[in-house]
Amino acid sequence: MLNSTLCELSAALERRAISSVELTRLFLDRVERLNGALNAFITVDAQRSLGEAHAADQVRAAGGAGPLTGIPVAHKDIFCTRGMLTTCGSKMLADFVSPYDAHVIERFASAGAVLLGKTNMDEFAMGSSSESSFFGPVRNPWDRARVPGGSSGGSAAAVAARLAPAATGTDTGGSIRQPAAFTGVCGLKPTYGVVSRYGMVAFASSLDQGGPMAKTAQDLALLMNVMGGHDARDSTSLARDAEDYTRELQTPLAGLRIGLPREYFGTGCAPHVLARVREAIAWFESQGAKLIDLALPNSGLALAAYYVIAPAEASSNLSRFDGVRYGHRARAYGDLADMYCRTRAEGFGAEVKRRILIGTYVLSHGYYDAYYLQAQKVRRLIARDFAAAFARCDVIMGPTAPSTAFPLGANADDPVQMYLNDIYTIPAPLSGLPALSIPCGFDGAGLPIGLQLTGSHFAEARLLGAAHRYQQATDWHLRVPAETPL
Amino acid sequence: MPLSPEQIQRLARLARVAVSPEESSAVREQLNRVLKLIDELRAVDTTGIEPMSHPVAELIPAGQRLRDDEVTESDCHAEYQSVAPAVERGLYLVPKVIE
Repeated sequence: MLNSTLCELSAALERRAISSVELTRLFLDRVERLNGALNAFITVDAQRSLGEAHAADQVRAAGGAGPLTGIPVAHKDIFCTRGMLTTCGSKMLADFVSPYDAHVIERFASAGAVLLGKTNMDEFAMGSSSESSFFGPVRNPWDRARVPGGSSGGSAAAVAARLAPAATGTDTGGSIRQPAAFTGVCGLKPTYGVVSRYGMVAFASSLDQGGPMAKTAQDLALLMNVMGGHDARDSTSLARDAEDYTRELQTPLAGLRIGLPREYFGTGCAPHVLARVREAIAWFESQGAKLIDLALPNSGLALAAYYVIAPAEASSNLSRFDGVRYGHRARAYGDLADMYCRTRAEGFGAEVKRRILIGTYVLSHGYYDAYYLQAQKVRRLIARDFAAAFARCDVIMGPTAPSTAFPLGANADDPVQMYLNDIYTIPAPLSGLPALSIPCGFDGAGLPIGLQLTGSHFAEARLLGAAHRYQQATDWHLRVPAETPL
Repeated sequence: MPLSPEQIQRLARLARVAVSPEESSAVREQLNRVLKLIDELRAVDTTGIEPMSHPVAELIPAGQRLRDDEVTESDCHAEYQSVAPAVERGLYLVPKVIE
């Protein structure tokens, strides 16, 4: 059961081979046994989970079950959950019990899924290693001396170690896909506006997007059927008809045009990563896909544009943490301004402060045009590159990250070195595009490698279909870390 | 252009984040690394390019619709204030602002 896909679990529940209470208990026991070593979860409430499982079993007995009824799902601790801690990995929200549910939480609840717990993450989703959490670093199940990537590292580690059959994450510059690659799981960042951000703690609002993480592309499709769709409470949620994200799972690969941007296959990427990625692409070619060389000439500027735009939006979004309405407040202070300054100095960690200060700088008088406006213009150049590329191909493939998982602390002193992890994942969210990471092999040290598939707007089903075909022919996605045996 | 210690203190004031004298030099050194990265943008020729503030503009050129201007929320102030650090008689408490 632990290594089963959502489809298999759903079938087992339907034929009464197992109850949701039994299944939930199985995962809760595993979390209890292994979470101490991995620190993937911040909050687990076994009683609540088992209560939801019991309710799901009753729904099934009454004949009202859907595909996810009774299946435990872990949620990144950035999604507000009513009556439960929502910390965003920060001291600022260490005691915050949300008075309402995020849209994504509501959708999973109404689909009958069981909330298994809230997963650890980089503070306010700012990071690529899940080390900046106030609740301590998450460890990679493939090698506990290494990071799981970030910022959705807790969700990635939970799925990789089979502590949860599936999880949610959020992606601003790669926070679903890079940890998916580092831990050997699948993760999808949907098109901007497809998943409602209502109740999802905001970091950079023109980029943030929630998405699913699971063992297979098919599971991602099932999760997207629950997560996706219009929500009037999020002004950036797109009013579109509901989609069935499983609809292209059986689509043959013959004739699929795969674009290979030369910028993604350069010297910035570790050779063993490139080798596995090229092997995967060769498999697609062997199935009748056509490979097309192309260029994304402005992609080299994406990192710089992102580190203006994301901190600018963060400095604005995080101004809400003022110690007045919710969250931490300093114990001792003088006047109001002093209360703000001390509250925020105590409540935020180093990386969050850094980004707030950078954002404040690029938005300040005399620098706005040179940095912020210029970054937005470069953003358009990057989006145009993709538009031109997708006139010639259906999907762009390349590595998800330039290396495999690095040791804890390796990038502690140099933020820019940390940022370089996201060179291949940042261009898609800048352009609002959907992108997916799936496992495509291992390096010499046994660490997973991710293949990234990027599509044009609303091409999620196409990406999931291509990934599913690959997973019918490979078993990278079913391998389990030796440190967390089944 | 690297930031001076005075600029760091000014930014900290603007952002309402206290940066202690002990932290200041490490913060400055790391911010300057990030500035070096983003300074790459300044050399790019973007003449005639419209700034892209949001991907939604590309997805629905007509822009997002506005909802009808009607009351949709009920009064939840007691519940929302239950998570505030200091509240009295339905009001958020802060230090005295006007003498």
